[in-house]
Amino acid sequence: MTDDLKDFAAFAKHGLGEMIEGDWRYYLWMSALLMVSLLGLNAYCKQFAAGLTVTGLTDQVSWGLYIANFTFLVGMAAAAVMLVIPVYVYENESLHDVVIFGELLAIAVIVMCLLFVMADLGRPDRFWHMLPGIGKFNWPISMLSWDVIVLHGYLFLNAHICGYLIYMKYLGRKPKKIWYVPFVFVAIVWAISIHTVTAFLYVGLGGRPFWNSAIVAPRFLASAFTAGPGFLILTLQVIRRVCDYRIPDKALFMLRDIVQVSMIINIFLLFCELFKEFYTDSEHVASAMYLFFGLHGHHGLVPWIWTAMVFNAVALALLMMPVSRSLKYLDAACLLAIVGIWIEKGMGLIIPAFVPTQLGQIVEYHPTLNEWLICAGIWAFGLLLYSVFLKITIPVLTGRLGRFVAGRTER
Amino acid sequence: MADSDEGISRRAFLSAMAVSAVAATAAALAPLAGIEDLPTLEEFLRQHYKELTPEDKQAIMERIAEKVEDEYGIRPNVTDPQAMAGVEFAYALNIGRCIGCRRCVYACMKENNQSRNPQIQYIRVLQMRKGSINVESSDHDYSGEVPKDGFYYMPVSCHQCRKAPCVKACPVQATWQEPDGIVVIDYNWCIGCRYCMAACPYFARRFNFEKPQLPKQDLNPEMGLLSNRPRARGVVEKCHWCLHRTRNGKYPACVEVCPTGSRKFGNLLDADSEDAQIIKTKRVFVLKEEVGTLPRFYYYFNV
Repeated sequence: MTDDLKDFAAFAKHGLGEMIEGDWRYYLWMSALLMVSLLGLNAYCKQFAAGLTVTGLTDQVSWGLYIANFTFLVGMAAAAVMLVIPVYVYENESLHDVVIFGELLAIAVIVMCLLFVMADLGRPDRFWHMLPGIGKFNWPISMLSWDVIVLHGYLFLNAHICGYLIYMKYLGRKPKKIWYVPFVFVAIVWAISIHTVTAFLYVGLGGRPFWNSAIVAPRFLASAFTAGPGFLILTLQVIRRVCDYRIPDKALFMLRDIVQVSMIINIFLLFCELFKEFYTDSEHVASAMYLFFGLHGHHGLVPWIWTAMVFNAVALALLMMPVSRSLKYLDAACLLAIVGIWIEKGMGLIIPAFVPTQLGQIVEYHPTLNEWLICAGIWAFGLLLYSVFLKITIPVLTGRLGRFVAGRTER
Repeated sequence: MADSDEGISRRAFLSAMAVSAVAATAAALAPLAGIEDLPTLEEFLRQHYKELTPEDKQAIMERIAEKVEDEYGIRPNVTDPQAMAGVEFAYALNIGRCIGCRRCVYACMKENNQSRNPQIQYIRVLQMRKGSINVESSDHDYSGEVPKDGFYYMPVSCHQCRKAPCVKACPVQATWQEPDGIVVIDYNWCIGCRYCMAACPYFARRFNFEKPQLPKQDLNPEMGLLSNRPRARGVVEKCHWCLHRTRNGKYPACVEVCPTGSRKFGNLLDADSEDAQIIKTKRVFVLKEEVGTLPRFYYYFNV
């Protein structure tokens, strides 16, 4: 028992040491992220003190940037599963090593999701009302109560899997399958569930025709499996440039295949949605009309959505061409796809549902600087977390950092 | 020697980093010092309305009264009237008679202690062009003399739906339907997520984006715990059919003030009530019937 505690204390100490050690690039990166996080914290404190009046939200458009970012990020978190499935279900070894990077990303991103939800609450002090047991949880009726459960469950699953595997590697022991394989398979289903439940949050509202469409959940998943692995492609290249960790091109190209197929499905589902809206041309087209072409002289989202459309189209074209076998073009395609999907699934999905309102009024939403700062802060904090996770994990994986690695045990 | 030098400068560098990070965090937290309306410990720990014992409720109403007296200089009469047995309220609005004067909008504000700045209104009157019943072509911001030629008026507020999407949506059961059909909100339990606002098909719910401002002379001291007592920042509110009046045998403020008699309020379970008669004999419709919310708010035509 005491030995176990000693082992864990050593891990914590080594991890902490690893966290504060690095070259100038590392310090610069971390300081910049910390600075933006603190700017966000400051902006949040202003909101906490004054209320949501510091946002651009209104009774008419009552959800905005926070929920938009939340929705996008749930997808990013779910995408970790696209690495897990090839490795654990199809035993494709080329992705074996990068699975853990995907799961670490999921942890950081779920934390960001929870922060975005907290930022959106009018009464964050009453967060405990949602805790099962001591609060009064409206489960299973409210879809939001489901979302709370699946997000926390997913956070726990990934934290357990990553934590266990990395810690075992650190101790130089072989991980016992019973302690992680069942969790991995639960996490696969769970990953699909977090994004499906988040989609149902919107789909289940009969009073919002823009959301009340069965295709929202499949669209969510397709876009998530594009943006998530896309983000990992970029991350892995950074890792192999700044660390001594070798990531084979093969792994990147495996991810490319996933991004490619997901992007095709994503665009196809988008096309289905657009056909239904615009060909039918019923009363319910108003929100889509506002999004793509503007409504009665209001065009707030038009430049955004067309940017997203162009980005998505170029990304798809690049991914379909053999040229994306060159990393330079693949990176460009991934970046375009991520930004395109962030717009389309964030602003493009949340805000039009409120414009026009249920009573036909058109009130446009203009996010304030304070709101943007809070969003930037949460993004920076998420990246900061992910950087710390990687900084500790990579030396453990390469074998440089371990409980019984020579020259380390003595310190 | 060189080694230890490097060690010292490294340590100095890291300490400097740590100190500046702590200082920057403290600076970032500075706006918290300006908060004036932090909940008291009692408010923070308060249980859900339905979990409260009669003694709890008494203490809470006492606290509210004290707070109001402190802030407004008037001792309010805070009560918690309960739904009456054998009563299911319904509302009928004569869409052919309403002239769009918005007296109901302001009477409601006066009765229910809504924030005047920013102004919160429960009733929205739509100016509709004759020949269409499409809310998309309605005007919410009309002004000048009413009624205008070629238009009719459709006031909308909470429809107290039998299948209320807002009640389904709330993750913490802070809003629910009472036995007499009124959908109420526990202002001390609402977490301000605004999912109910997204769920409502009638734009009935309002959010307190900042601390509600109400001039002292405008305060209505007759208060219900689940209705018009002052609200805090960060919670949702909406029409509750003036339950502190209607459960004591009075009409809602909007019914009383209406100069044309377009608004009718009564007990659906009493076959002789005006509303039961209207629903039985007139041409009646509900707004957005297709969303299946089964409102208790009916629009009707006289002829």
